[in-house]
Amino acid sequence: MSSEINFDVLIPLVLYLVFVFAIGLYSSKYVSWAAQREGKGFFVEFLVGNRDIGGFVLAMTLVATYLSAGSFIGGPGAAYTYGLAWVFLAMSQMPTGYFTLSVLGKKFAIVARKINAVTITDFLKERYESKAIILICSLSIVFFFTAAMTAQWIGAARILEGSVGLPYRTALALFGSTVLIYTIIGGFRAVALTDTLQGIVMAVGTIVLIVTAVIAGGGISNIIQKMYEINPGLLSPYSIDPNFMSAAWVTSFWILVGFAVVGLPQIAVRAMSYRDSKSLKSAIIYGTIVSMVLLLGMHMLGAFGRVLVPDIAAGDLVVPTITTTLFPNWAAGLILAGPLAAVMSTVDSMLLLAVGAIVNDLYANFIKSKVKNNAMITFIASVAIGIIVFIAAYNPPPLLVWLNLYANAGIISTFLWPIILGLYWKRANAQGAIASIVVGIGFYMVFNSYWPRPFGMHVIVLPLAMSLTAFVAVSLFTKRPPQRIIEKFWGV
Amino acid sequence: MEETKNKKVIHEFLEDPRYRQCNKEALLGLGLGVLNLIWWFAWGYGLGSKPIENYSYVFGLPMWFFMSCIVGAVLFTSLAVLMVLKYFKDMPLGELSEEEAARMREMS
Repeated sequence: MSSEINFDVLIPLVLYLVFVFAIGLYSSKYVSWAAQREGKGFFVEFLVGNRDIGGFVLAMTLVATYLSAGSFIGGPGAAYTYGLAWVFLAMSQMPTGYFTLSVLGKKFAIVARKINAVTITDFLKERYESKAIILICSLSIVFFFTAAMTAQWIGAARILEGSVGLPYRTALALFGSTVLIYTIIGGFRAVALTDTLQGIVMAVGTIVLIVTAVIAGGGISNIIQKMYEINPGLLSPYSIDPNFMSAAWVTSFWILVGFAVVGLPQIAVRAMSYRDSKSLKSAIIYGTIVSMVLLLGMHMLGAFGRVLVPDIAAGDLVVPTITTTLFPNWAAGLILAGPLAAVMSTVDSMLLLAVGAIVNDLYANFIKSKVKNNAMITFIASVAIGIIVFIAAYNPPPLLVWLNLYANAGIISTFLWPIILGLYWKRANAQGAIASIVVGIGFYMVFNSYWPRPFGMHVIVLPLAMSLTAFVAVSLFTKRPPQRIIEKFWGV
Repeated sequence: MEETKNKKVIHEFLEDPRYRQCNKEALLGLGLGVLNLIWWFAWGYGLGSKPIENYSYVFGLPMWFFMSCIVGAVLFTSLAVLMVLKYFKDMPLGELSEEEAARMREMS
């Protein structure tokens, strides 16, 4: 692309960012009211939106958070290369909309209110009463999320660079400062509301794109016929390379991106934030419908793109290329807000979690038990994380690549079983939880290097199973948790 | 009976009456997820494993894909809606007083 700035695309994008700022400003009222509160009151607003999130907003913030840039750039890009098989694989994310919310469900919301938890670490701290667990959990959030955030910032800056023609570093500054400012001034409420706006942008953009693409391609039959002519494998669930897209490997994505997402703190924390049981119901309904539209639409667009724009350099460019081919520039700007929105809505919740881990979990538990100036310390911590991420994205250090490789699996291995068993199994204790974390992360790292597809499955599956076994075995061989914990969690 | 209770026996306490319904809902969600996986797998690999030349097509899409992904997505979205509307119950999420808890126990 030319280095000239493409104002037709830039102006709609900037208007969009202004709108996002306005939401941040609106939410900042609530945050500044909460800043007057004593003790934990501030965090209840800043980290879980005063537990006042309605159904539609809950659905949208959940969907927008777990669909990161992957679903808008990487996913369609893979569908471009592998055809319908990748759409098939992507459908393993379908349950997320109903699964996470019904499994954590009202029980998690009730328990969170009982113990006044505002972070996942809060929940684990009360449940296991172990300093080691607080330390492992908060540090893994800070390190893995800082790495993951940096990767997302780089992705967003590249989108801006490619579509608008802004220099990489200017794009990085524009994107980074937007996310930082609205998250810091508005907290969880701003994150949830901007996620909602971003979810709507993504859903509308997806529908417009897929409909236009099918019409431009002369109907579905015609597109499928041409895919067959390019390579018949594009129509098979085994794709063009049955060794790569084996049934065991593709099916194991149901564990990785379908069921185990319950263990992602950015997902689980949302189950603490909603207002009442009606919100949960409508969130499951909206969330499932919206994820169906986004998943099917975006990935089919990628697969059909093979026919519409056959000669692109890399699969990742499929959505931007289709957009700029089929639409006038100003509309392309609006639609490209979709992937950017996907990145923003993922990054903002990671930022909030990392800040929560530093201020609510590490600082309050290990440095000063009575945090007075909560709002001030939160502000300082957020700016500090922002600056670190910015510097890392400016010039990515090798450690970043390494941390990112382990980020998602590391987070899932840390949190999945301690959350689920802590919530549903009275016998679960701290020793079991620590064993499951160590076994999960440890074997994941070993397998990743030496046995990348155990029994044909994705590398995450076996370590998760071993980590569950370790949890149960160690818990049963050690003392049951004290009665007072059981009564706190299960009693009235 | 009271006196014969061994000291080691953990003293009984009444569980939060809302949890029974919560556990039921969690199991329903899990069950729906597993059914969704089975539907997806059976249609996808059941029909998709045929030689590609022998595929049949619905609305222009290969039958395996149409049934597994399109029908599967619409069907399980509808089932999720049905599950929530029919089996999920409304309840307060905040602290319960002893009286409220007792009333809920009687009702269930």
